[in-house]
Amino acid sequence: MSEIATKSPPEAPERAPSPKPRRDALWWVRKALWLVVLLVALALPLYLEAEWLKAGQYMMVGAVGAIGLTLLTGQAGQLSLAHAFFLLAGATAYTVLSGPTGDPELLGFGLDPLLALLGAVAISAVLGLAFAPVAGRLRGIYLGVASLSLVFLGLYFGQAAENLTGGTSTGRPPAEFSLFGFPFSNEGDLEILGVPIRETERVWYLFLALTVIAFLLARGAVGGRVGRAWRAVRDNEPAAAVMGVSVWRAKAGAFAVSSAYAGLAGVMTVLWFDLLKPDESEFGTYGINVSIAYLAMIIIGGLGSVPGALVGALLVNGLPQVLALYSTELGWSTGTGEHAFTPILISSFVYGAAIILVVLFEPGGLAAIGRRIAGRLSGKQRERNGS
Amino acid sequence: METFVQLVVNGLGKGAVFALLALGFVIIFKATEVVNFAHGSLVLFGGYLVVTLRDSIGWAGAAIVGVVGAGLLALVVERLLLSRSKLADPFSLALLTIGVDVIVTEEIVRRLGVSLPFIGDAWDAKPIQVGGITLFRTHLVALVVATVLITLFFLAFRYSNWGIAMRAQAENKEAAALVGIRSGRVTATAWLVAGLLAGVAVLFIATQDFSGAGLSRGTHSIALAAFPAAILGGLDSTAGAVAGGITVGLVDALATHYVSFAFAKSAVFLVMLVVLVVRPSGLFGTRETTRV
Repeated sequence: MSEIATKSPPEAPERAPSPKPRRDALWWVRKALWLVVLLVALALPLYLEAEWLKAGQYMMVGAVGAIGLTLLTGQAGQLSLAHAFFLLAGATAYTVLSGPTGDPELLGFGLDPLLALLGAVAISAVLGLAFAPVAGRLRGIYLGVASLSLVFLGLYFGQAAENLTGGTSTGRPPAEFSLFGFPFSNEGDLEILGVPIRETERVWYLFLALTVIAFLLARGAVGGRVGRAWRAVRDNEPAAAVMGVSVWRAKAGAFAVSSAYAGLAGVMTVLWFDLLKPDESEFGTYGINVSIAYLAMIIIGGLGSVPGALVGALLVNGLPQVLALYSTELGWSTGTGEHAFTPILISSFVYGAAIILVVLFEPGGLAAIGRRIAGRLSGKQRERNGS
Repeated sequence: METFVQLVVNGLGKGAVFALLALGFVIIFKATEVVNFAHGSLVLFGGYLVVTLRDSIGWAGAAIVGVVGAGLLALVVERLLLSRSKLADPFSLALLTIGVDVIVTEEIVRRLGVSLPFIGDAWDAKPIQVGGITLFRTHLVALVVATVLITLFFLAFRYSNWGIAMRAQAENKEAAALVGIRSGRVTATAWLVAGLLAGVAVLFIATQDFSGAGLSRGTHSIALAAFPAAILGGLDSTAGAVAGGITVGLVDALATHYVSFAFAKSAVFLVMLVVLVVRPSGLFGTRETTRV
């Protein structure tokens, strides 16, 4: 498992893959750290209040979406501002597929929520694939702006297709999630160590499972053949083609995978809000600001780095939530009135500044910083081994 | 027929404003290969200066300060941030401008609060009757102002030392530097000019005639339509920016009338998508060629 080789930044030359997985002490330390993170995440619902769990859930929504975008933009080198559109697509697809049948105003198929979730992910992937002919022809900034058009189409679609989305004024509630009959709601008594596991805790575990799956799949893709093809196309298309990589397939595949991730994040978004509500303007739950926020996550985390996307999501999606909770707890008068420094505003400043600082001083993002620290540690260790 | 003429004139007026913005994009892109995502925030900044100053120094003075202010903000962004990171690739720098955009826009929107001031005092909401057709004064003035400014720009671009230096740098940066063209000065002036044009554009955008909405986050969204305008024409073509701007203005005006207001925004982007599928580098853009 040469982890260093699998997530090197665009500018660092890829290290030759070592034939045997190097399982030195650092490798074990890394695995142990991930295990600790997972265990902490599993234990948190037993200690945290519901509103803090809610904030954590929102970070996980961001994490899933950001992982998808970092695969597309960081690994495959395709700038996309359309992430919010695929979020909306996934959200709408889940709500419609799982929605009750027989409502004259709202279309619904009454599917099992799990099937609806999978269907929503599939539909988002297909939509991403449908955009691939456009994406395949365009490069860089042209693609970025072309993908921006999807957000505007989504805005119009959300307003116009009221029988799917419920319209901008009321929106439409999604079906509660359930897994093989187990409801993710307050129904039934369930306790772990004397702590009642109710809706918030259950949804936490659901989101955690989805995030872990999303994370592992992405790490697998990045470390494997697919990831190599993406990076080859990103660095030099003709060279990739010469080496036998199907450029078109790599690009289309990256778009489909990334849209599937965004679709899943969209499903998580409606489950989190417990409401599907299309935006009234470009600024909203599925607006340009969201596309930019996701882009901010992956820039801050380091383009192409899956763990970096995770950390970026914690920062960008977590900060407004945490600030809001702290300000009520500590009685800060951040206020909500006119000219107020709301938590959302402060976090926008923070991530705007973070983008600038990252580009100016550390283009590899947090991932590069982490890699440098790990390099230092392993360097020291080698010295110790040598002595 | 009368409505159609009216729509076309309105579309041209809107198009002229979009052309000003798109021209700014293109100038910056030609000089630095950076796509400036912060263009919308330059627009807001210029407008905000007008709003805060017009009570004390009058509308005309405030308008001039707004235009100059937007230009200076662009200059500051270039000098302070972009010129410091010459090694970063244009792609990262484009991302950097997103960071600038978020900060400036959020702060101005916070300062504006719930007030949505209209800032086209000299021409707003004073329609003109021409032979039975009602025309918006804003659009006519915009058309005249934009024509003058764009003509001036093209003359300068063609004949002045600055224009020649800029074209030389766009053609080949190393060669331009070798013959003694000061690259820093060229990029700085490019950003300044783009900012000035954005400052002029906002005087027409935040009006009742143009958007029906005052200076707000919506102004920023409208400025975003300059993106498709610049891309339509080809990001590295100044003439393309003007053609793209006019196209966007006409599509916007016609779609608003014949389909719906909500659809008009998407229509602009749809047209861009169609053009891009047929011509991936825009109508007048240079085709990217790759050497193996």
